[in-house]
Amino acid sequence: MKEFVEGSHAIAQIVQTCQPGVISAYPITPQTHIVEDLAQMVSSGELKSQFVNVESEHSAASVVLGGSAAGVRVYTATSSQGLFYMQEVVFNIAGMRLPVVMTCANRAISAPINIWNDQQDSISLRDAGWIQIYAEDNQEAVDFHLLAYRLAEDKRVMLPVMVCMDGFILTHGMETVDIPEQEKVNKFLPAYKPLYKLDPAEPISMGLLADPDYYMETRFAIQETMKESIGYLSEISAEFKAVFGRDYKDMLVEEYQTKDAEKVIVAMGSVCGTIKEAVDEQRAKGKKVGLLRIISFRPFPYARIYEALKHVPRIAVLDKAVSLGAYAPIAVEMKAAFYGKKNSPKVISSFVAGLGGRDITLESVEEIFRRLTAKEVNSDFIDLKPELLKEEYGK
Amino acid sequence: MENSPLFKHGHTACAGCGQAIAARLVIEAAGPNTIIANNTGCLEVFSTKYPETAWGVPWIHSLFENSAAVASGIEAALIYLGKKETTNVIAQGGDGSTGDIGLQALSGMLERGHDILYVCYDNEAYMNTGVQRSGLTPFDTNTTTSPSGARSSGNIRPKKPVPEICNAHGIPYVATASAGYPQDITRKVKKAISIKGPKYIQIHVPCPLGWRHETNQMLPVAKLAVETGLYPLFEYENGVLANRRQIVPKPVEEYLKSQGRFKHLLNNPEEIKKIQEIADSNIKKYNLKAEA
Amino acid sequence: MFGPLTVKPLESKGDKTGSWRTQVRPYYLHKDCIACKMCLLICPEGCVSGKEKNAFSVDYTFCKGCGVCADICPKKDIVMKPEEGEQK
Repeated sequence: MKEFVEGSHAIAQIVQTCQPGVISAYPITPQTHIVEDLAQMVSSGELKSQFVNVESEHSAASVVLGGSAAGVRVYTATSSQGLFYMQEVVFNIAGMRLPVVMTCANRAISAPINIWNDQQDSISLRDAGWIQIYAEDNQEAVDFHLLAYRLAEDKRVMLPVMVCMDGFILTHGMETVDIPEQEKVNKFLPAYKPLYKLDPAEPISMGLLADPDYYMETRFAIQETMKESIGYLSEISAEFKAVFGRDYKDMLVEEYQTKDAEKVIVAMGSVCGTIKEAVDEQRAKGKKVGLLRIISFRPFPYARIYEALKHVPRIAVLDKAVSLGAYAPIAVEMKAAFYGKKNSPKVISSFVAGLGGRDITLESVEEIFRRLTAKEVNSDFIDLKPELLKEEYGK
Repeated sequence: MENSPLFKHGHTACAGCGQAIAARLVIEAAGPNTIIANNTGCLEVFSTKYPETAWGVPWIHSLFENSAAVASGIEAALIYLGKKETTNVIAQGGDGSTGDIGLQALSGMLERGHDILYVCYDNEAYMNTGVQRSGLTPFDTNTTTSPSGARSSGNIRPKKPVPEICNAHGIPYVATASAGYPQDITRKVKKAISIKGPKYIQIHVPCPLGWRHETNQMLPVAKLAVETGLYPLFEYENGVLANRRQIVPKPVEEYLKSQGRFKHLLNNPEEIKKIQEIADSNIKKYNLKAEA
Repeated sequence: MFGPLTVKPLESKGDKTGSWRTQVRPYYLHKDCIACKMCLLICPEGCVSGKEKNAFSVDYTFCKGCGVCADICPKKDIVMKPEEGEQK
């Protein structure tokens, strides 16, 4: 049913249709509206979940870990410092192969404290063993939660999935969203049946100590599953299309005007809406530019990206995160995707924009296209304030 | 051979480990319809090194400090599944994972009112990492991070009163126990699981390695802690001191000289006096002295 | 590729910790036993078994020789003896 609704409310509604048995909640901006709505639904009886108000994000993640281990579908949401505080549990959930689904309302990392959007939080947890998918708009954010549960609970996968949506821009943005009906959801997402669980009728021990004789294979298994999941994403996406009509293709990337493009920006999340607009404007002026939007950051679709962009002479990678002291996170992956390949772009330049909620405007995108010259640049910051740099930093 | 099906032999605890005894007594008292969430620590390491497990009940370990939160999730899932009425949930860990790094998760679990029994196996230091002091290490104890020396007589702070902290949460049952009194552990665990809501039991468990006593001295050492008043055994029910083990107090010196961790105090009457004052204060606070 | 490390209790045989004993082992005299079961209750390994008087035994495959059973026995019916020369 189509509704003009705030992003967070739409997410709460789709989570309701997934009927998690246990929801844990801890407030952190800009995620909080989601769990507030879920609390309302539990309070009114619309949703029959156990709603656990925890004392920290560390426990928010631990509660869903325990709930999942006990054999029920679980949900929680977080942001920024909250994600960092739960980091060791986040790694733990993946290592224990528990199909937890969590929303990350992307937000900058302190210090300085900043509640606005960038993608430093989830990107910093890229090595945790979670599948990470990034939504461009709220329709995607809603649909990706359904896809996330299907993928996580797939017996071939059994890995947690983080649905990443830009904080405020999406979570607090009002859009018309088609919220899937319960009957259709039931068709797409069957009731959760765990492969194993904590049950006195059939006791097992979970979370054991693995010494050097056993540890490494556990990591290898997750790495293999990540690679295999590239195929499962497109498989599940096709089933999603059959039930709901919306087509996310392979769920790995979206190609926008890339076929004949001479310059392509690679980006992730809501900024892609702005980039598409800039691409349209430039195309209207006869400039061959395009956008490659990454949907799945983990697993990272190297082969798919290579095929999509091998003919493009110049690529600009836009990161809304930094790896301080190194190349920006997506830029690193992009360079790796083409390393040693015969056909590859002449230039892969890397730009950092939108940190701590600084607006990425049409002008920002145009500036990136302008700076995408024959001379490769790395971690080139866009929209810095020269006067501030001079006054405060003497530069 | 009839061995405990719930906590089997073949685990790799040190010989004479008080925690191994207590852990077995706890799960045998709770019975097979129990799910355990265990913090990282000695107990976790020596009972579940892949591919072995000592546990005959469903058991999970996640991290050092989160068993109370993991257990909260398990309990919530059991309620959702309609199985809580027939299943006990126990969260457990050592003194460091309970009273230091895991105190917040424990407090959250107590405050939220989950129907969970938390068991703290208190051997009074971080034994798994090599005897470093914790918040529950007693005053003047020699540990690897509170060594005695020319300018120090060991751990500078008294033991953190975790049972009192738990009791302050207004939970229905808080008790202390000791490996020196095995039947008392069984009784308290059975009582705890018969009560709905959050429960806390802290069990004093000697560690021959960290306390430096002979392995066969586990029982006498544990008993001396109780008999001197240094480890009072009591039960709070709904915030009221309902029971305590009465003693004919022995001088603390008897307890101190039984272990290497207090050896540096034996020719130091001034420090022994301070420790006697701690025991006297416990004796008074919990009214431990047996009536003549 | 899915295969998290979980263990079913029945599949676990445990480590044969009896090999840790280097000095002494408990010896059950079977003279004055009153079947109070304190040895069974207190064994950190849980490797003592028995029901009737003078019929308790210890599984040396797992016994680490800590001596707690000998210490707790109210009848001194368990003694610790040197490992060497002891019959199995």
